[in-house]
Amino acid sequence: MFVWFHKLASPPYFYRLAERIAPWFGWLSLIVMLAGLYGGLWLAPPDYQQGDGFRIMYVHVPSAWMSLFIYVVMAVAAAIGLIWRMKLAHAVSAAAAPLGASFTFLALATGSLWGKPMWGTYWVWDARLTSELVLLFLYLGYLALNHAFEDQRTGDRASAILALVGIVNVPIIHYSVKWWNTLHQGPTVFFGARADIPPSMYIPLFIMIIGFMLYFAAFILKRLQVEVLQRERHTAWVRELVERS
Amino acid sequence: MTPARRRRLIVVAVIVVGVAIAVALGLQAFRKNLLYYFTPAQVAAGNAHVGQSFRMGGLVAMGSVVRTPGSMTVHFTVTDMQKSIPVVYTGILPDLFRQGQGIVVSGTLGKNGVFVADQVLAKHDAKYMPPEVEAAIKKAQMQQRQTASLAKDPP
Repeated sequence: MFVWFHKLASPPYFYRLAERIAPWFGWLSLIVMLAGLYGGLWLAPPDYQQGDGFRIMYVHVPSAWMSLFIYVVMAVAAAIGLIWRMKLAHAVSAAAAPLGASFTFLALATGSLWGKPMWGTYWVWDARLTSELVLLFLYLGYLALNHAFEDQRTGDRASAILALVGIVNVPIIHYSVKWWNTLHQGPTVFFGARADIPPSMYIPLFIMIIGFMLYFAAFILKRLQVEVLQRERHTAWVRELVERS
Repeated sequence: MTPARRRRLIVVAVIVVGVAIAVALGLQAFRKNLLYYFTPAQVAAGNAHVGQSFRMGGLVAMGSVVRTPGSMTVHFTVTDMQKSIPVVYTGILPDLFRQGQGIVVSGTLGKNGVFVADQVLAKHDAKYMPPEVEAAIKKAQMQQRQTASLAKDPP
C-alpha cells in the first residue's frame, strides 16, 4: 500500500495511469448524469409548493456539494504539499481550484435563478449566500496567488497557505443555515430515509451527486496531466513523451 | 516522521486552528448583526429600533391577509406563534406568498406598531413532496378534525 502510494506520487507513473483511467470516469459520469436528469426531470413528481420550479435543485444541490467537496480536496492536498513537500500534491490543489471555482459559480448562478421566482429576489446578503460567495473569492484568490510568482514552488507554497486559511469557511457555509436566521432554507438530509423528501425526489438527486463526483474525477485527472507536464517540462521523461508523439 | 516534517505539520496545524479560533470569536462578536431577520417576538421585545429599517421573518397568520380593492396594498399579520405584528405592503408579492407561509419582510416599524414593508420575500421550507401527498395529508387532517368535533358534541 505504501509502496503503491509512493509510486503514485511519481509524475511519469501518475501521468500514464491518469491517461488510462480518466476516460472511464468521463463516460461513466455522462451515463450517470443522464440517468439522474431523466429521474429528476421526468420521473420525479412536481413539488406541492414550487411545482416544476424545484427541479433546478438537481443541478443546484450537486454544484453546491461539489464546491465544498473540492475545497476540502484542495486544502488537504495543499497541507500534504506543505508538510511532505510532495510535488504531485501541489499539482492536485492547482488542478482542483478552477473546477471548484466553476462549481461554486454554478451553485450561485442556479441558486440566483431559483431565488427569483420562489423568494422574490435574485440575491440577498444572508449568511449562506454570502459565505458561498466568499468561497468563490477564495478559489479565485488561490488561482491568482498560485500564478503570481515567477517560481512555481513559491506560488505553490503561498497559495497552499491561503487554501488552508480558507478551510474555516467550509463548516461556516455548511452550518450557516443552522447558526443564523437565513432566507435560505435549512438542510434536507438525503443520506438515509427522511420524511422531508420522498424517494422519487431524492434518488435522482443522489444519482446526480454521484455523476458530478465522477465528472470531477475525470476532469481533475485530465487537468493534472497538463499540470504535471508543465511542471516537469525540463525532465527527460516529458521530452521522451513529446518526441514519441 | 522527520523533524523537519514534524515542524511543518505543527506550523500547518497552528495556522488552521489559529484562524478557526479567530473567525469563531469574530462571528461570536458580530452574532447579532449576522441575523438576517428578527422574529416578531424579538421585535415585540424591543430588539429592533422604531423608525430604522430592518427585516422581520415569520409565518403569514391564517386568515389575516386582506387585499385593498383597486390597489396593490395588502394587509397581513406576521407571527412566530408567540407574538404577531401587523404588516402593510404595496407591490407585487412572490409566488409562494400565502397564508401559513414563512416570509421575510423588510421595512420599518411605525409608531403605531404597524410594520410598513417595502419588500416581501418568501422563505420556503426544506420539505419537498408531490401535490397528491399534500392533498392526502390535508384530507386526513380534515377527517381527523371532523371525528374530533363529532366526538366532542355527539348529534
